[in-house]
Amino acid sequence: MNDASKLQVTLPITPDTSAAVASSAMVREGEAAAGPDIKVAARNVDVFYGDKQAIKDVSVDIPERSVTAFIGPSGCGKSTFLRCINRMNDTIDGCRVTGEITLDGLDIHDPSLDVVELRARVGMVFQKPNPFPKSIYENVAYGPRIHGLARGRPELDEIVESSLRKAGLFEEVKDRLDGPGTGLSGGQQQRLCIARAIAVSPEVILMDEPCSALDPIATAKVEELIDELKANYAIIIVTHSMQQAARVSQQTAFFHLGVLAEIGSTQEIFTNPKDKRTQDYITGRFG
Amino acid sequence: MANQEHIVTSFDDELNSLAQKIAEMGGMAEQQVGDSVAALSRRDEALAQRVISIDQRMDELQRQIEDEATRMIARRQPMAQDLREIVAAIHIANDLERVGDMAKNTAKRVFAIEGNFAAQRLVSGVEHIAEMSLAQLKQVLDAYTARDLDGALAVWQRDDEIDAMYTSLFRELLTYMMEDPRNITFCTHLLFCAKNIERIGDHATNIAETIHYLVTGVPLTEERPKKDTSSVTTVEYTESDD
Repeated sequence: MNDASKLQVTLPITPDTSAAVASSAMVREGEAAAGPDIKVAARNVDVFYGDKQAIKDVSVDIPERSVTAFIGPSGCGKSTFLRCINRMNDTIDGCRVTGEITLDGLDIHDPSLDVVELRARVGMVFQKPNPFPKSIYENVAYGPRIHGLARGRPELDEIVESSLRKAGLFEEVKDRLDGPGTGLSGGQQQRLCIARAIAVSPEVILMDEPCSALDPIATAKVEELIDELKANYAIIIVTHSMQQAARVSQQTAFFHLGVLAEIGSTQEIFTNPKDKRTQDYITGRFG
Repeated sequence: MANQEHIVTSFDDELNSLAQKIAEMGGMAEQQVGDSVAALSRRDEALAQRVISIDQRMDELQRQIEDEATRMIARRQPMAQDLREIVAAIHIANDLERVGDMAKNTAKRVFAIEGNFAAQRLVSGVEHIAEMSLAQLKQVLDAYTARDLDGALAVWQRDDEIDAMYTSLFRELLTYMMEDPRNITFCTHLLFCAKNIERIGDHATNIAETIHYLVTGVPLTEERPKKDTSSVTTVEYTESDD
């Protein structure tokens, strides 16, 4: 079963900024954000799969309206850490997360917090496009409908259209909204999944290698989309393509063996990294 | 540098080839500069001709470095230190090619001044500034080979000596011209030679700045001390105005 289907919303959202306005009134915990607004803050996060520690003491700030890239060799823990942010690791048996992660200053592990609501606020796009075996329209309408985001068909139509537009897909599919989502090309399917994710007005979008199954043209379209989406969302992208990280992100975090080895401005990381491990990895020297 | 090798070994081969070509260009540039000034002070036309013809090889090498660097950027998508190595190679090749042009231009003037009245003392100032420029060029190329930041910075700071020397030479040559109008043709050519040689010093400091970027990853943004005031220098003519 596909996890994106769990995206839903309980907040009374109309335009996509109301959630951010509502949450900004909440009290920030931990250290006050310096510089840009911090959307997600992780402090001393450890993740264990059984006895094995996959993430060691990771602290990171994810700024609002900006793209953060997570890079690192396979098995370095970047995807594991990404999944902590909307508590997707809860669904994995034997997985234990300690430390603190806050969204707008509120602890996402707070027992009073509805995890389903969290996952609506923190949307996710996966490596392989995974549209529902339904029509294009239904793929996007599903989330808003089951959570009562639209009062009636016209409003739902509007959400579907605007989501597809934001995902840069509307013009390509407007004549076949009733056609199956799975009938689209890989790149279109991925943009459909992005449209589906943003249909419920999330605040943070997590992308786990969203372009690894796409050709260069489709990749360019998704990258263009990420660039546009960052005006409204905090985006975190896990990617194996260093060039992609360099192209789309403003901040880059390099993970190595479960440790956050280095984090900094993307420009700095790719031209002048401070940590030798980062340097060795991005220049293709890892032994 | 003490860098581990790349997983893709042909990448290392390509980087080495680039560095080797820069070294070759550097060696040739030193030779050209030294020979051009020797040709000038001895009015040695054969040597001047050699300086001129060797410049083709410099141009060729610069083209090769540019081609290789462009190809590497396209194929390897270099990052961090690698990216800086390649960008630095392009910059340095460009500076060295210009140094070659300056030497060639000096050498060409050996033919122009042939047969002109000239006292050897007029040339000695040019020889002196050439020694300084050549020393700067040598040191900066050594600094590049060793990735020696301090060495590069020393070159960068010392350029004002060449500038000051050039300004005083400018004044001296003007004085010679006023003393005896027969000196004018020769001294004008010498002035251009001196300017060429002073420019070689500037290229050495450019290379020093490139080394700074290559080693530290940040550009050298400080203002360099400048003592070339020749553009506002005048010498009073005591007898009559022209």
